[in-house]
Amino acid sequence: MRLQALLRGVSWALNFTAWRYPAFKQRLHEKSFVAQVKVKDGAVGRYYRFGNGGVTSRSGLHGNPDMTISFRTASLGVRLLTPPVDHMDFINAMKNFALQMEGEDELTQWFTDTISIMMSIRWDHGVDVGNGERRYTNITNGGPLFVYVKDGKIVRMTPIDLSDDDAPSWSLTARGRTFMPPRKTTAHPHGLASKSIVYSSKRLLHPLKRIDFDPGGARNPRNRGTSGYERIGWDEALDITANEIKRVKREHGHGAIMNSHGSHHTWGNIGYYLSAQVRFMNAIGHTKMALNPDSWEGWYWGGMHHYGNSMRNGAMEPYGQLQDCLDEAEMIVFWASDPEATGGSYAAFEGTVRRQWARDLGIKMVHIDPYCNHTAVHLGGKWIPVVPGTSPALAHALAWVWIAEGLYDADYVAQRTTGFEKYRAYVMGEDDGQAKTPEWQESETGVPAHTVRALAREWGRKKTYLAAGGKGTTFGGANRSATGAQWARAMICLMAMQGLGKPGVNFGNLQCGAPIDYEFYFPGYAEGGMSGDLNGTASAIQLYQRMPHLLSMNTVTQQIPRLRIPEAILDGETSGFPTDSRSLEGQFMGFRYPSPGHAPVRMIYKYGGSHFGTTMESNRLVKAYRSDSIEFVVNQSIWNEGEVPFADIVLPACTNFERWDIGEWGAAGGYSQHNQTMLNHRIIAMQHKCIEPLGESRSDYRIFTDILKRLGLSAYFTEGMTELDWCKAQFDASDLPRHISWKEFLRKGYYVVPFGEEAHRPPPGFRWFAEGRRKDVPEPAPLPAEYGERYLEGLQTQSGKIEFEAQSLKRFGKDPERPPVNKYIPSWEGRGTTELVDTYPLQLLTPHPRYSFHTLGDGKDGVLNDIADHRVLIGGHYYWVARINPQDAARRGIAHHDLIRLHNDRGSVICAAHVTARIMEGVVHSAESSAVYDPVGEPGQSPDRGGCVNTLTPKRHMTAMTTGSAPNSCLIEMEKWTEPAGGTS
Amino acid sequence: MSKWNLIIDVALCHNCNNCFIACKDEHVGNDYPGYAAPQPLHGHAWIKLEQRERGAAPMVDMAYLPTMCNQCDDAPCIRAGDGAVFQRDDGIVIIDPEKARGKKDIIESCPYGAIWWNEELELPQKWVFDAHLLDRGWTEPRCAQVCPTGAITALKISDADMARKAETDDLAVLSPEFNTRPRVYYKNLYRFTHDFLGGNVLTETGDILDCLAEATVRLRRGETCVAETATDAFGEFKIDRLAADGEAYVLEISHPDHVSMERTVQIDGSVFLEDLKLVRKEG
Repeated sequence: MRLQALLRGVSWALNFTAWRYPAFKQRLHEKSFVAQVKVKDGAVGRYYRFGNGGVTSRSGLHGNPDMTISFRTASLGVRLLTPPVDHMDFINAMKNFALQMEGEDELTQWFTDTISIMMSIRWDHGVDVGNGERRYTNITNGGPLFVYVKDGKIVRMTPIDLSDDDAPSWSLTARGRTFMPPRKTTAHPHGLASKSIVYSSKRLLHPLKRIDFDPGGARNPRNRGTSGYERIGWDEALDITANEIKRVKREHGHGAIMNSHGSHHTWGNIGYYLSAQVRFMNAIGHTKMALNPDSWEGWYWGGMHHYGNSMRNGAMEPYGQLQDCLDEAEMIVFWASDPEATGGSYAAFEGTVRRQWARDLGIKMVHIDPYCNHTAVHLGGKWIPVVPGTSPALAHALAWVWIAEGLYDADYVAQRTTGFEKYRAYVMGEDDGQAKTPEWQESETGVPAHTVRALAREWGRKKTYLAAGGKGTTFGGANRSATGAQWARAMICLMAMQGLGKPGVNFGNLQCGAPIDYEFYFPGYAEGGMSGDLNGTASAIQLYQRMPHLLSMNTVTQQIPRLRIPEAILDGETSGFPTDSRSLEGQFMGFRYPSPGHAPVRMIYKYGGSHFGTTMESNRLVKAYRSDSIEFVVNQSIWNEGEVPFADIVLPACTNFERWDIGEWGAAGGYSQHNQTMLNHRIIAMQHKCIEPLGESRSDYRIFTDILKRLGLSAYFTEGMTELDWCKAQFDASDLPRHISWKEFLRKGYYVVPFGEEAHRPPPGFRWFAEGRRKDVPEPAPLPAEYGERYLEGLQTQSGKIEFEAQSLKRFGKDPERPPVNKYIPSWEGRGTTELVDTYPLQLLTPHPRYSFHTLGDGKDGVLNDIADHRVLIGGHYYWVARINPQDAARRGIAHHDLIRLHNDRGSVICAAHVTARIMEGVVHSAESSAVYDPVGEPGQSPDRGGCVNTLTPKRHMTAMTTGSAPNSCLIEMEKWTEPAGGTS
Repeated sequence: MSKWNLIIDVALCHNCNNCFIACKDEHVGNDYPGYAAPQPLHGHAWIKLEQRERGAAPMVDMAYLPTMCNQCDDAPCIRAGDGAVFQRDDGIVIIDPEKARGKKDIIESCPYGAIWWNEELELPQKWVFDAHLLDRGWTEPRCAQVCPTGAITALKISDADMARKAETDDLAVLSPEFNTRPRVYYKNLYRFTHDFLGGNVLTETGDILDCLAEATVRLRRGETCVAETATDAFGEFKIDRLAADGEAYVLEISHPDHVSMERTVQIDGSVFLEDLKLVRKEG
């Protein structure tokens, strides 16, 4: 009886909602069909006839319903229909076949969506700010934003000014001064410029098909990149894509579909590659693109063998370092560290004010970098230019001075480290006859011996923070080179000699370690959002228990290293080493493509940003796209850029401003646990759907759902939930409901997590280790089995101490370029590469760009194009900037803002010359990650004037037994470029 | 009567361009009748960053200078505008987007080059201090709100208070010789307008070279000491705020254990004197 009453209530509620909300009534006009809901044995049932903007229902069983939902028992039906409904009950019923749904996906999905929309349509969102404007919130890779909307159009986007209602800001006292961050969020240029890329003229607004691609006939793969496109309808685009998925699986077998995605898409826990996309790809089965840890290379393949931290890919614990640095440190050495350019990836300029405090306190600054970078010119201090790739030699010479002059912490070395004698023997030249003196390194690094001695003495006598890379550890160009592992290893050995973890002696550049609350839980993006993927994301740690949802799993074990996709396609075979953070040894388990018994890749599903700007020796990838062996390429993208013109079918996705999502600013989780440590305020935001999708573009979630409808998998994918429902599921899984109601969160749009009690502020990383205590920083790593003796005692290394002779590398023993004791091995491509250097005498540095983020924000006809340090308008084209030294320019007759051709045997790229003394002689500085690929002739074989400078960088791995990228080991030549007569377009 | 002023600290600007982007965001595609017509997507920079690089490796520095309409109290554009340009009681200068149509002369009138010509609308345009937002209760213009270093602040105070502040904080306006009485002030403007003399000092022990710290560095013009400083741990010194007038200075470097050194230097741009070697005193 109770179930019958509830079933009757459903039709009443539907009709009431249609009466109250015209948009819902409109929806009820969309379909005419009969839905049957019943108890499995038919004892209770009711059927609903949808049509004409309403629904009628009748008790009993319909003879021929279009769809059926059945409950095993009436009591289960009552439980699942009585609000508030626990989604866990749904999941459990589904898994045990006690709840079943039959019918065409088109109808079942429409039915469940309609029920969801009925529940959510009365939810209010955004704040009326007068003048006809409504203020929404959203998050970008460059910070959270208020989004002002009027008449369905975005008016402006601003950083968030915190109000008096928001949690107070923390303050801290150091050396008698009290500091408090400004009560507003900061924004990175690529975030702040979002409106211009939402309304970009490069938006894809309609599904497209390559004109000479016929899925039933000639496919003409070799014309990819040159042929034009025609508009097609969504149904045709989705049908072709779904049919190709079925076809390649049927014709070629397991593993024939490759998943290819960018690492950085738009922000949000639902519409992210590790969330909806991986759930979708797992549902169809895919050859995985194995990511190399490209922001961590040197630390992952090298550094962590000395001091553990594998779960952070070799990065340091980032906790109470802000307070410690401001209190204790006398000097900060920035070594390949430019946080004012990269903001720790997602943290905008949150660390800027903290570094200004340090400067105001009189903490000395040193910047070791071939480029007098943005942080160096902002903070001032001593700039030490170093020849790219030679930093390890400089580090060994510092160690030499410390040993020779007794300027290291002998007690710490004795108590907390092992193997120092062997390192000492190497540095002093006792084993190879070459003392690593400041004079020894001078010809290699270009750093005068007297500067090295002065630095060593300052460092040896002052409590010093080492900022090794953009975040204090990891990131930074020096770790992405042939000597990247050597460099990271050297940084750890230097800090071990100075007492890593003692007051004022630590890794950091004030980018991390803000005293925020570390206990408040909200899932970071690496926790996989709605993916349900326990293998490929960090979901298993917390989110999977907290948010009821179905597991997803890729059944294809075959994978291809991202850096070797071209070889996999063009040569049919390749190999790699994995990014496996569980242990120090996981990385030694090499793998091969193709996997035994698996099909080679025949179809590419490309999603997100372009790879041409981010793949070394990019012309390889251009050629791979045009290979006959690739029968189908679908590209799901927001903008027409990079490799989109190499697809057969283009599916236009919308931005995060045009769909629902939810997220926390800067929160990564997983390999960057507590990444919010970079922020001054933790901001969790509803990412409102601010405007309708432009043109015919659709949310990624909807595109995936619509493809899966054609495979009978849409109910599995959505679990009957809309994107907004998934946002609420994330909300419910977090600690938010204890502090703010869903209704208020949805309206206001954000929540500032209070910073917590001062007594709970975590201590600096490694303080516990330096003091010989149990680990007391709040990170769930390393995993229990990684401890040698008692849990929480000692490091992850075999000895539990910092190992100058790394035992894990010693046991592996197969990589001559990674000996257990770190030794200087000159770069395989650098100034010492005699066979190349005469022809290509310049070294190319390709750091991350300052204004765009990977390919986000760049190109796209957006406002960043008009920043002269980003792109320069010459002859109607916006050229990518290359910074060159005045002497190098003069020698080649190049003037400021001349067009230049950078080239080597791998290709050539046309850039705008920016002549500056900030880059040392013999080095060219041009950021990677151009979103534009614009070959002046045949793709893959002609100069690119889009600025994909990775065209020039080597595909060679850092060392033979790693899959680490080494783009900063690159030799080129440059010359003035004149446009061929008549233009090139 | 309190009026709006903008204060920009050149030493704090680090060229993030957020002020430029925020101005674009505010005005591209948006019409604010009575304040400003839409700004073109490309070509205009109502807030524009100039930059100046000084010195040579390893002593290089940068000064970034955000520039925009100075909201002058004696604005030539108002005279040229013939009624199309006016200054509000709060000091903000507005080019009326209706009345100014077709009046290209207004552009030439601005000695700072802060007014832009919109070809499509045939309209002179410029930064309006976000008057349309301030009138709705916003507390600062967007360039100040988006500035992550605190380089830009907006102040609404009386002219007398502002004059006092300019005096106390050593603020300057751009090209005061134009006599237009700007309401945009700069701190540490010398970073953009003046030059430095830097160098590094070495000492030799046997055949080992070392940086010489704590050497006294004095800069004289005639008998007048212009500046005195000391070398740091890297043997480096930097004397800033020098006018590049091409006239000679005498640089004197002394150290208790070393023989002093004198050099004549001309400042016609920032100078870095590399590896100045002091000789040890005998015995």
